[in-house]
Amino acid sequence: MKDKLSGRIWRFGDNVDTDQIIPAEYLVTMDSAELAKHVFAKARPGMSGKVSRGDIIVAGRNFGCGSSREHAPRALLGAGVSCVVAESFARIFFRNAINIGLPVIQASVDAAEGDTVSVDLKAGKIIVEQSGEEYGFQSYPPFVMMLVEKGGLMPYTKEMLQCRRSQ
Amino acid sequence: MGKTIAEKMLSDKSGRDVEAGEIVEARVDYVMVNDVTGPAAFDEFESLRVPLLRDKVILIPDHYVPNKDIASARQAKKMRDFALRHDVDNYFEVGSGGVCHQLMIEEGFAAPGRLIVGADSHTCSYGALGAFSTGIGSTEAATVFARGVLWFKVPESMRFTVDGGLGKHVMGKDIILTMIGDIGVEGALYRSMEVDGDTISSLSLSDRITIANMGIEAGAKTCIIPPDRKVDDYLAGRVRGEYAPVFADADADYMDSRQYDAAEIVPVVAKPHLPDNVAPASEVGVTIDQAYLGSCTNGRIEDFRAAAAIMKGRKVRRGVRMIVVPATKRVMEQAIEEGLVKIFMDAGAFVSGPTCGACLGGYMGILAPGEKCISSTNRNFVGRMGDKGSEVYLANPAVVAASAVAGRIVDPSEVTG
Ligand code: SF4
Repeated sequence: MKDKLSGRIWRFGDNVDTDQIIPAEYLVTMDSAELAKHVFAKARPGMSGKVSRGDIIVAGRNFGCGSSREHAPRALLGAGVSCVVAESFARIFFRNAINIGLPVIQASVDAAEGDTVSVDLKAGKIIVEQSGEEYGFQSYPPFVMMLVEKGGLMPYTKEMLQCRRSQ
Repeated sequence: MGKTIAEKMLSDKSGRDVEAGEIVEARVDYVMVNDVTGPAAFDEFESLRVPLLRDKVILIPDHYVPNKDIASARQAKKMRDFALRHDVDNYFEVGSGGVCHQLMIEEGFAAPGRLIVGADSHTCSYGALGAFSTGIGSTEAATVFARGVLWFKVPESMRFTVDGGLGKHVMGKDIILTMIGDIGVEGALYRSMEVDGDTISSLSLSDRITIANMGIEAGAKTCIIPPDRKVDDYLAGRVRGEYAPVFADADADYMDSRQYDAAEIVPVVAKPHLPDNVAPASEVGVTIDQAYLGSCTNGRIEDFRAAAAIMKGRKVRRGVRMIVVPATKRVMEQAIEEGLVKIFMDAGAFVSGPTCGACLGGYMGILAPGEKCISSTNRNFVGRMGDKGSEVYLANPAVVAASAVAGRIVDPSEVTG
């Protein structure tokens, strides 16, 4: 996982729920690439074909509210989204994202769709290229940073189990 | 400074003294998955190639069982196969179980002082018995299957105190809906709710479960009620293993404290499309097509008694269908024994076996475009119980029953006089 990310913005509003991110009828698989084909299928038809690897979502409050479905962050990751910046996140979505290796950042950023933004995860800094505006955010606590760096909870768990075996 | 219940429990389970804001790896007592979230957890777990901590694992098919279609049959089969392959004792086959959260309580897994996680957002229900319980994702469940631990951020806590006597037909549902109406659907985001006061002490365990169940509808991580004698009595002869209650310190640090006078709480309804859109039942008056009594929120015997008391000798209004779904097999058996099933059937209601059913729009009561349903469940999101253009109104079981009789949403006293 890289500390520094940079990408084009997809702009969303408040209360983006997990049904919008990946509608219920596509929950028949956990394969990220397959899920990615249907990301925002109803809320933003056609988005899945246009997302480029590294793109960043910037949203309002309570992003990811609703069910505990992990398909939502997986679909975003599969589509190539490198990071989600939102004013606040629903709790289970936040955890699921961190656990599968999708960085999520709590910050209020003023930027438009199509702008370019760079994110420094370690320094806790976001810069919008077009306006030059800089925004700070609280960087992750060390444990969460470690999970993000390792690529999520599964790689971390594998390592922990490995340690246990070799002891 | 003293500690909240959440701080004490996560200190206890992580083996170090922590406070709100810190992140810990804590020892989990039980992990539950259902037929929707389980299959993904099974795949992830198998990739770790380690033995299953089978005593901690509970597998409950409830969302789409008995299998509603081929896709759901595949998921249920995956769970059954996993249970057999790993020799999991705590797998509850169709015919012996029911809705996961009620079953976790009935079967004695939920108990004071325990840390329980479940791949279902309403896992917070067990806070009614003084447990710290919270919803997680499938990958997290898989790692708990393997290691028995999980990371948690110690939440800040909000305290809600309710004192005084409750009015007629007012239930736990009205208390929690009133609170959600006040603080909003994000009002407790990332936080622990602690609910206490003499009103709460006087409530049945069933009403307390309704309150804890809906903590998530305010965004809460967990919703805990200090355990008391009622909890001990309920657990006697039922609980698995030992348990040790945990209480908040008198000088615990809450980021918010709210006081409620029980006498001011009335039967309420959460109108479409969010649980915080709350109004007194007496003011709603909307004509309904369906009345749904069931779910982990209000599908217990106490809920059935409250509804049956109103329906006895009365009929479901022409043009309305009423669907009654007990949360578990035990609830159903008792409802039959007490004659409640007969009362519902005599009134013209349809009674099914235990399942999540239409609560999440699965099956067994799906709404057509434009239809309206009064429901004892916990979510009224757009399309939650069927078509995008249908509407769900959340209420307590007495309001559901009275509305079924009246054909429109009413305060129960309008029917009972
Ligand atoms: S009854 Fe409804 S809320 Fe409860 S677990 Fe089932 S689907 Fe979820």
